[in-house]
Amino acid sequence: MSEPAVSGRPSLDALRAFDWRQYIIYIGFLIVFVIFAITLGDKGFLTPTNLLNVFRQTAIISIMAIAMTFVIGAGNIDLSVGATAGLSSVTTALALGSWGLPLPAAVVVGLLTGLVVGIANGFLVAFIAIPSFLVTLGMLGIVNGSAQWLSDTAPIPIQNDTFTFIFGSGDIGPVPSLLIWTAVLFVIGHIVLRKTTYGRRVLATGGNAVAARFSGVDTRLITFLVMAVMGVAAGLAGLLFAGRLHSGRFEFGAGAELSVIAAVILGGTSLFGGRATVIGTLLGSLMIGLINNGLTLASLATSQQFIVRGLIIILAVALAKKR
Amino acid sequence: MVFQEFSLVPTLTVAQNVFLTRELRSRGGFIDDRQMERRTRELFATMSVEVDPRRSLDELPTAFWQLTEIAKALSQNARVVIMDEPTAALAKAETVELFALMRRLKERGISIVYISHRMEEIFEVCDRITVLRDGREVMTEELGNVTPRVVIDEIVGRKLEHTLEYQERQVGHEVLLEARGLTTATKLRGVDFDLRRGEILGLAGLMGSGRTELARALFGIDHLDAGELLLRGEPITIANPRAAIAHGVALIPEDRRVQGLILEHAVRENFLLPLLDRLSRAGFVDDAEGDRRTDSFVTRLSIKTRSTKQPIGTLSGGNQQKVDIAKWLGTEPRILIMDEPTAGVDIGTKGEIVAMIRAFADQGNSVIIISSELPELLAVSDRILVLRDGKVERALDRSEIQQEEDLHHAIQGVEVH
Repeated sequence: MSEPAVSGRPSLDALRAFDWRQYIIYIGFLIVFVIFAITLGDKGFLTPTNLLNVFRQTAIISIMAIAMTFVIGAGNIDLSVGATAGLSSVTTALALGSWGLPLPAAVVVGLLTGLVVGIANGFLVAFIAIPSFLVTLGMLGIVNGSAQWLSDTAPIPIQNDTFTFIFGSGDIGPVPSLLIWTAVLFVIGHIVLRKTTYGRRVLATGGNAVAARFSGVDTRLITFLVMAVMGVAAGLAGLLFAGRLHSGRFEFGAGAELSVIAAVILGGTSLFGGRATVIGTLLGSLMIGLINNGLTLASLATSQQFIVRGLIIILAVALAKKR
Repeated sequence: MVFQEFSLVPTLTVAQNVFLTRELRSRGGFIDDRQMERRTRELFATMSVEVDPRRSLDELPTAFWQLTEIAKALSQNARVVIMDEPTAALAKAETVELFALMRRLKERGISIVYISHRMEEIFEVCDRITVLRDGREVMTEELGNVTPRVVIDEIVGRKLEHTLEYQERQVGHEVLLEARGLTTATKLRGVDFDLRRGEILGLAGLMGSGRTELARALFGIDHLDAGELLLRGEPITIANPRAAIAHGVALIPEDRRVQGLILEHAVRENFLLPLLDRLSRAGFVDDAEGDRRTDSFVTRLSIKTRSTKQPIGTLSGGNQQKVDIAKWLGTEPRILIMDEPTAGVDIGTKGEIVAMIRAFADQGNSVIIISSELPELLAVSDRILVLRDGKVERALDRSEIQQEEDLHHAIQGVEVH
């Protein structure tokens, strides 16, 4: 460890100390946006309808990514979120349909589905001390299997218009309800991470769990809570899938965990925990949406889209890497 | 180079470690385990040690790690072996064996650079000594020409002697903390002691005597299997660090980089971590108050940092340690436990820390301090508990200890006259 360098030119020092890597997501987002605006402007990229579409398409990923920011910030990971969203869409559709429950009860069923999975994950990771990667990898299979079993692998239609309106299909004036969900959860997530003792403890746990414990942080409780909340967020994502597509299906959310994790890491949250940003996560998620949208407008084949998207993600993370 | 244990892979066997990256190959190009095992056995035989080269290292006692390091060096025909604090993890008998081995190596014409802070060991096995201070060589002498006193003077630097000299302090009779029969699964086997108000209590003992384990148990890191704690005569339970903090107990742990600080986080975040509950308004952190407290401590302890938002890992070791101490003083504890508080700290900061400890105790608070540096322990402690095998072997009043030698004897288990 060396002493900080003493310099007579504080302004230059400040410039050097400015860590532009931290802001790579803002810069990257801007660059991608400008490039698409110029090259795809005539194909309708800049129209409000198209931009709202980007929001709509990324909302469900964004919502899970906000909760995932806390999970990864605390030094863990959850691979079961996509499968959990699928299961929750199935239980909700069953509750509304064959079980004949009223709407509020069906919503509770969907969220509870996520909570149960989250509690199971959190308990095994925090109190039995099994690495979250393994717990949630196993849970992915259990949850996905349960969803297939419950639904007989068939889609379960939802005919409740109020439900589909609230959860993803409706527009309030020009604003899609999905956008409202995202905005509200984004603001809550950001405030909780930045301004509350809980947020500080999440980052302390991820930064150095031993030091956090020695400083009086109940690191097991924190780990349990981030996993449990992640479950509820995945449950909500399931409700939104169900509402948007008017059905419950076990395939909903399949593979979504990868987009969710990519959005979080792209946003500048450290994969090893300790450093996290909800604003970055939202931008990361939107950037992935922007890329998908732009590549589609540019009429690239799906296969080509996969390749370009992969390259852009690797490039962005490589640029953000410290030393 | 023989490090303290660091260039070994615990999950590999002894033979695999010795030949790591230089594996012997059979004619087919495959790794020849049998030959490596035979050669390893031969290498150990030249050191008069028997070992099963197929055992994985993590099944063997630490003494064997040391020997494996040496065997590895010998297998590369090393002419110079550097040993960095090789006895830190060894028991007394193992140390004797190591010294015998060092003499045999010397007879074979191998030179050894032996790094240690244990004066008696240096005088036992070394021929010449070089003292480094603040990154500069200050002395090189034949050991026959110098006394331990001279060497210590050179290490410490004369100008600092007054801070490292015991200052008579007035300690009241009121007992703040009483420990009775503390027993843990880790090491403690019935520890009894009293801690008085305003007292600085030193803990001495060999590596593995239970000093760190006692500190951990008092702070609620390790679970107590038996025994009781009385704070001002009232029985208390300290089940976790939160409970310890609530009872006014603070611990500055042994390894600041692993247990003390979150290196990536800012000075301010580190400082505020144990204070979050107190700065909380309905779950929200009062950041303005947090900034005020951080700034006041940075000034009070003259912590050198460009800004309190700077990651703490970029500060010097001494300043990191000051933040770790500040962090706990900020919780306004009544009992401060310090485990090797001056390890890896520059000599100037060391003096500041000693002064800080005295000032804290002078306000009527109590301190429990662990240090392997006996001059330091003797300089600050009003009383010293000597631990051995998880028990308090002796409790020595500062006035009973005439010189460092006496404490050495007590620690080694020799009678003090």
